[in-house]
Order: sequence, then C-alpha cells, then structure tokens
Amino acid sequence: MSEVKKFMFVNRKAPYGTIYALESLEVVLITAAFDQDVSLMFLDDGVYQLKKGQQTKGIETKNFSPAYRALEDYDVEKLYVDKESMDARGLTEEDFLVSVTVLSRAEMGALMDEQDVVLSF
Amino acid sequence: MSSIEVGGKSYETDEEGYLLNLSEWNAEVADYIAKTENIDMSDQHWEVVNFLREYFEEYQIAPAVRVLTKSIGKKLGADKGNSEYLYGLFPYGPGKQACKIAGLPKPTGCV
Amino acid sequence: MLHIVNKSPLTSNTLESCLNTATGGDILLIEVGVYAVTRGTAVEAKLRAAMGKFRVHVLMPDLDARGLGDRLVEGVLPVDYAGFVELAASNKTCQSWL
Repeated sequence: MSEVKKFMFVNRKAPYGTIYALESLEVVLITAAFDQDVSLMFLDDGVYQLKKGQQTKGIETKNFSPAYRALEDYDVEKLYVDKESMDARGLTEEDFLVSVTVLSRAEMGALMDEQDVVLSF
Repeated sequence: MSSIEVGGKSYETDEEGYLLNLSEWNAEVADYIAKTENIDMSDQHWEVVNFLREYFEEYQIAPAVRVLTKSIGKKLGADKGNSEYLYGLFPYGPGKQACKIAGLPKPTGCV
Repeated sequence: MLHIVNKSPLTSNTLESCLNTATGGDILLIEVGVYAVTRGTAVEAKLRAAMGKFRVHVLMPDLDARGLGDRLVEGVLPVDYAGFVELAASNKTCQSWL
C-alpha cells in the first residue's frame, strides 16, 4: 500500500433535498475501503445528516442514515460537528445517531488546513 | 434490463445479475443465483449470506470485504473471520458473490 | 394566495424574501424548507412572528423524513400530500419561492 493520505469530507447540505449527502457518504465508504485516513466534517445544514429518527417512507426515498452507524466498522471514527451550526438548528449531541466531536468554527478551519485532500459536498 | 426466471416467476436484475428489488429475494432465488456462480450452497455459505442480509437490514449498505471479514470474525469467530475461509466459500470474492446471492447490491467500493 | 418555500431557512434567504414580500394567506414549507418549523432554530422567532400574519403549513412526510416530526413549532399546521393539493386548489394563485 502506498502512503496514507489525510482525506477530509466537508458536508454542508441537508439530506434528501439534494444528492450531496448520499454521494459524500458513498465516496467516504469507498475511500475508507482503501485504508486512508478519513475524517468527516459537518457544518451548516450538513449537521442535519446525522439527525436520529429519519423516516423516509412518506417521501419514497431510501433512508441512508443508518449507514453513518456503520462508519465505525470502516474505521472512520473522526466525525466533527460545528457547534455554531448545531446550536443554530436547535440540535444537541444527543440528537445525533453517532458519537461526534463538537468543535468551534476556528477549530474546524484549522483542521481543514491539516488535510492532504479536501472533498466538498 | 435483464431478468432471471426462477420457479415460474421472473425477477429483474441489473446487467451483472444483481437483483433490482431486494424485497423479492427468497431462498430459491438465492440457490438459483448461487448455481450461476458455480456455488453449491452449504450451511457455511448460508451463514455468510444470512449475515450479509442482517448487516444490510441494520445499516442499509452492503459492507466492503474488509469490513465483512472483520464483522464476521466478531460475530461468528476468528476461524470464519478471515479471507482464506471466506474466499474458500466464495472464490470470486465474498463481497461480489455472497452479496449477489443475498440479493443485495454490489458493495460500495467494489469494482 | 399560497406561497411555497423549499429552501433551508438557515442557508438561504428564500424564506426571508418570501416573508418580506407576501402580504398574507397561506405559506407551505416543503422539502428542505421544513427545517424552518422546528423548535429551537435561529429562525424560530422570525417564524413565530410570521404566524400572526400567515397560516403556516408544513408537509409532514418531508419533516418525518428528516427525523424532526416531533419538533414542530406549535401552531404550524401539518398537511399530507392530499392537504398539499387542497391548498393549491383552494388558492387562486401560487408562488413557488425556488
């Protein structure tokens, strides 16, 4: 295996209105299968992706939120949520279906700077 | 669009033979797909196929081979959670073949 | 008339533009727009103020899909797809704030 790179996925879109959230998740799973150092960042409406209790029967769309719980199996354990975005949406850590690290905007920015590859969704 | 004919009923598949409609899956279809893959379904094969279906039910994804191997090891023991054992059962790849037999989509990241 | 908003209130000024323009009647939030009617958001006060002037409806299947069906701001009127059609049919005109 060649050198391991630091991949960061920046998720800024709510699920289901657009295809971004699902596409990001798929690329995350592919990247993780190649033993890379993967971290996920959720900010702005992206924090909604992790909301517990999604029920998509009524909109006849696949509920892909359970897959976030499988990330651990893929050794993707670095999930960061922006505090400001979370607070502005009336959400708390208990609302998320996986455990996350809550950071400030400044910390998120610094983390972005550390990456080899940043993928934007 | 392709399809397979099992027990007088037609099932839609993609061009590689993966079932399009997960809910149509049954043991008879599994046996049929296994035959097309030159696999004789034993209890050991079924154990893996059932594991995959449970995994999909829980997480809505077909796991990558590495994840499948690790998870099987956790659930069924280290003697089964290794590539030798799983490739012994599914020579063309436990991800590809077992998922197909289990009526699941091809694992994400599996090319 | 009926105003339909399908954009997130927190990442787009669509709802604000709608509220600043529309003079009254029905507002229906659908798709990503449904986040506007959940409790505790930064736009809750704005929404509550608007509720004095408009009848605010939300398409429930969209809210449930996003896991927030239990967090509806009180006074917002839940509708299903049939209710959506009824709103569209009972209003003479409809503006979709795309």
